[in-house]
Amino acid sequence: MTTPTYAVDMRGISKHFGGVQALINVDFQVEPGEVHALLGGNGAGKSTILKVLNGVHVPDEGTISVGGRQLAEISPEASQAAGIAMIFQEMSLIPTLTVAQNVFLTREAKSSFGFIDDRKAEERAAELFKILNVEVDPKAIVGTLGAGQRQLTEIVKAISQDAKVLVLDEPSTALSVTDVERLFDFLRKLKAQGVAIIYVSHRMDEITRIADRATILRDGRHVITAPLSDLPIDTMIEHIVGKRSRGLSDVVRHSVDRGEAVLELRHVSGEHVPIDINLTVHRGEVVGLAGLLGSGRSSLARIICGISPLAAGEILVNGKPLAIGGPRDAVDAGIALVPEDRGTQGLIRAHSVADNITLPVLGAVSNRSFVNARRVREVTDDQIDRLSIKTASRDHAVSTLSGGNQQKVVIGKWLAADPDILVLDEPTAGIDIGSKAEIIRLVRDLAQSGKGIVMISSELSELLSACDRIIVMADGRAVADIPRHDLDDPAIAADDTMHQLQSAERKLQAEIQKALTTVQGETRVH
Amino acid sequence: MSTDITPSGSMLARFGLTNWRQNIIYIGFAVIFLVFAATLHDKGFLNPNNLLNIFRQTAMIAVMAIAMTFVLSSGEIDLSVGAVAGLASVTTAMAIDIGGPLFGVGAGILTGVVVGICNGLLTTRIGIPSFLTTLAMMGVAKGVAMWISDTAAVPIISSGYAWVFGGGSVGIVPVLLIWMAILGVIGHVVLRKTTFGRQVLATGGGETAARYSGIDTRAIKFRVLIISSMAAALAGMLYAGRLQSGRFQLGEGDELSVIAAAVLGGTSLFGGYGTVIGTIVGALMIGLINNGLILMGLEFSQQLIARGGIIILAVALSQKRT
Repeated sequence: MTTPTYAVDMRGISKHFGGVQALINVDFQVEPGEVHALLGGNGAGKSTILKVLNGVHVPDEGTISVGGRQLAEISPEASQAAGIAMIFQEMSLIPTLTVAQNVFLTREAKSSFGFIDDRKAEERAAELFKILNVEVDPKAIVGTLGAGQRQLTEIVKAISQDAKVLVLDEPSTALSVTDVERLFDFLRKLKAQGVAIIYVSHRMDEITRIADRATILRDGRHVITAPLSDLPIDTMIEHIVGKRSRGLSDVVRHSVDRGEAVLELRHVSGEHVPIDINLTVHRGEVVGLAGLLGSGRSSLARIICGISPLAAGEILVNGKPLAIGGPRDAVDAGIALVPEDRGTQGLIRAHSVADNITLPVLGAVSNRSFVNARRVREVTDDQIDRLSIKTASRDHAVSTLSGGNQQKVVIGKWLAADPDILVLDEPTAGIDIGSKAEIIRLVRDLAQSGKGIVMISSELSELLSACDRIIVMADGRAVADIPRHDLDDPAIAADDTMHQLQSAERKLQAEIQKALTTVQGETRVH
Repeated sequence: MSTDITPSGSMLARFGLTNWRQNIIYIGFAVIFLVFAATLHDKGFLNPNNLLNIFRQTAMIAVMAIAMTFVLSSGEIDLSVGAVAGLASVTTAMAIDIGGPLFGVGAGILTGVVVGICNGLLTTRIGIPSFLTTLAMMGVAKGVAMWISDTAAVPIISSGYAWVFGGGSVGIVPVLLIWMAILGVIGHVVLRKTTFGRQVLATGGGETAARYSGIDTRAIKFRVLIISSMAAALAGMLYAGRLQSGRFQLGEGDELSVIAAAVLGGTSLFGGYGTVIGTIVGALMIGLINNGLILMGLEFSQQLIARGGIIILAVALSQKRT
């Protein structure tokens, strides 16, 4: 018999896919009214165990109990009936319906004639939001909402279906700082009502703030379950990575020799944002774009890469003005973009690793427009080796790879094109800390080999580890241009990289906040 | 339905057993052939002439379906092929009457190019979904064909034209079979082995990612729609050669058989995966079913029902379960 105190009690779960053992005899227990962090690197088995929990995968062995009752059958329906709700990274709301329509989808309020009564649904949703202290307009069309409000809507929808266990997979990736705060407040409220929350995130700072306990998986095995108070970040990373490593802080920043200017932006504006950006990127240099979501960072990246039109200003590549009419022009000029959304913008997930990597260089791997299979193999294997992409073969569909390895495929496809300028938009989103450090190191190596790099990231520690210079953006404008060494603290020993990084992060955070008030002050004056 | 793209038979081993469904067309083809061979041999099913007839009757569908494989792979659709075939048969026949066979061939090709450019521009520049563009074009092409021919058949006197485009045979091999084989080989090689084919599949598999990779996805779709219209025009010219006349009714309703042939063969209706060989087998299977049902002595109404049922069964079996 299982102990009824657990909201979720999974015991001895094993699961294999083909020859790969994804989970080996894993135990996982979550108590009601706790936030339980589930941690692990790529391929550690996090998604697999969550998919077992919500009934998508049937385990080879093991039992699952929810609220003390063992699930007789494992299916998405059974899990949902037992009160398990999973909030996906890709949100599952219907963008063309209103918030209230989404919350009550398939359980619509009916009028006395048996017709759908939207007004009643809106009233009920409003009540629900009031109880949970969420500020979302039930009449708003979901597609017009920001990511934060969409996510809250989704969670409210789950709660309104009597969810006892809430699974959040990387919930903060798309959220701004204030939205994350709101989410955390909300989660604490749910916790107080006895909801068990399983929280998956690669952001240690968030986990230390929100989680009560954590379970760490590695290579499909259970490593440790402990209260957060027993797990300082260093220890967590140690368990995740499996060997002593401090993650990002051990990425060495060499002082680079700045070469000639490879990319110059003069008074560049987009249709909405960014506004009047001046920026020069030199060979051998990594320039970071910091700022909150909506600050215009990604819009700037899209303009540079020819995806969004240039509304005003001039772009020079290697000193020559460049008319970028579309992505092809940018690619031909040696500009490559590792886009924000790798699932739809970076990859064709159903196609093979080789097909994806050779997509931008089809011309180069072909003789007179006939694709040369041998060269495709060479180019692909080069990148698989260079980036240590873990894939069963070059012909496997990219969708079979883990998130970190998928991102490596995106980077690999552009490295194969050997660009002069590489623009990376959130290159480590949803990637475990080991692969993160690997990607940051790669960015440094690429700069050293003479490329000019523009990097966007919401994780400040990453920007600080990777960049030589950081541009702080707010409301579409570049507000500050800070050389990386200005953020060093002379009071801290140079070899204490961990504390140096933390101190720099605080300083940069302060700069971003300052930038916001500067821009807001200006707009108020006008 | 799944938008997952699955590889062809040659990659079967690499991807495991689940993909036998993708190859159901080959199994289905063999099963149906054997059933007909067993039950209809006394009615001349296995007679070489009957078998060659199946090819003759399938060739036009196959030619259009080869191009349709590209259209579907790129995530678009072309509903105008049947009507364009009819229009091209009329323009070709009329031009032969005026300026001889070469002039006629030129007029037929031009018909395809013009229609293709219209479909392509409307779809890629104005942004009307190809489903609607080509649905409208279906009416326009048919209307033009009826108008210029006064709804009458236009006879073709040139025996040379009729030989090359339909009636002839080399030894026992019908010219139509040669057309189908040549275009099939070209289609297969272009889709599998050229940068263009890759770009078509990439466009259909993930348009945003393809665009971000520097592929001009609009140009790809534009070209694919032109190819489809040209193949339809060629099919119309083959109909005209075979029947020694151009008529607006030729090819009527073929769009459904053409799309069915491609989907039966394993091409994704949602883009990203296509197989020309599968398509040709799909077209032959439709021809095989038609032939068998006629030999069985079924009435036309019964044939329609039986054919629909068999196609649904085959497509249902080839779907991946989710």
